[in-house]
Amino acid sequence: MTSRVNGTLATLLLLFTTMVFSGCEDTAPKPRLETAKAKSESCVEPTGVMRRTHMDFIKHQRDETMYKGIRTQKHSFKECINCHVPDKKDGKPVNYLDSNHNLNPDHFCATCHAYVGVKIDCFECHSDNPAGAAPVDANHAVGGSHE
Amino acid sequence: MSNIDAYRRRFLLGAGIASVATVAPGLVLRQVNAKPADEAVTDQKRWGMLIDVDKLPNGGQGVVDACKAEHGWGHEEHSNAEQKTQWVRTVKVTEKLTKHEFKLPVMCQHCETAPCADVCPTGASFKRVDGIVLVNKHICIGCRYCMMACPYKARSLVHEAIFDQKPDTPRGKGTVEACTLCVHKIDAGEQPACVASSNGAIVFGDLKDESSEISKQLKARGGKQIRADLGLNTGVRYQGI
Repeated sequence: MTSRVNGTLATLLLLFTTMVFSGCEDTAPKPRLETAKAKSESCVEPTGVMRRTHMDFIKHQRDETMYKGIRTQKHSFKECINCHVPDKKDGKPVNYLDSNHNLNPDHFCATCHAYVGVKIDCFECHSDNPAGAAPVDANHAVGGSHE
Repeated sequence: MSNIDAYRRRFLLGAGIASVATVAPGLVLRQVNAKPADEAVTDQKRWGMLIDVDKLPNGGQGVVDACKAEHGWGHEEHSNAEQKTQWVRTVKVTEKLTKHEFKLPVMCQHCETAPCADVCPTGASFKRVDGIVLVNKHICIGCRYCMMACPYKARSLVHEAIFDQKPDTPRGKGTVEACTLCVHKIDAGEQPACVASSNGAIVFGDLKDESSEISKQLKARGGKQIRADLGLNTGVRYQGI
């Protein structure tokens, strides 16, 4: 008797577990983080640091540039775009919004910000593609310690 | 000769050519020395412009066009004429008695005591230590006090969403903007776009450096301020008005 109850419970548990996880096949699409233009083996800081604190680097540099005219390339927003966003795709600039004003999965910043659901304000003022920027300099100031 | 020596030689040769280049007879361009990118600007310099109105054809329309091309303004589609941005405009002046007419380009005059910076409630309008008056659009709330305070009508509010900005000129809806004196070019040791397009009619340089071309010309020929009565000690001066 007890073993039958146990058997039923185990079956129910298995069924429940299957039901719970069955919905997880359709996970949110992963961000499509294309490799940045081949300038260096890694970004200006180790990848983990950049993922957590890129906004702090950009904000710090923002004030340095705005008030003091310091325009080093290492943490420059313009240089982020210059390296991470393709010049053109199918002959057109890659914008952070697509033609339907949704975040464009082909844009490096937009693809990840869409995944994590964090609104991105930078491009309401800043250029979202390297239009007119100097071509990528393979020797630009990629500094800091690399992992 | 080592590689480094050869590199140095090429570099110095290049620099020598770049420092004094003759464009046309009587017109000589001198390189403005660039500061290193990691060095902060100082108050040892004060940037200014001297505009010779008589040498500018058509009241400086070429200056307006050069500014538009450099910074990408003037393409608003949904703003009306009063709302459209204008970083620089040509103004026609007629003297009432003599009917003498002349035109001049008017932009941010980069005042030493800038009224816009005085009235800004957030500190977004500010004067950089080297005399360039700017808007920090990151903290501008678009209240337009600065536009009311400016005696030169030099500033505009962006009334519509902007796309395809120039990488060196961030512009966005709800923020105030004006002539930046091409600060990104100055920091790179270049001249502002309007100066480069003016065929010698506008001289740009350091007002604190007595040996600079602008200081010499100001000393020799003088340079008027618009609304000098306000005592703002503008960085932009005019000849021929």
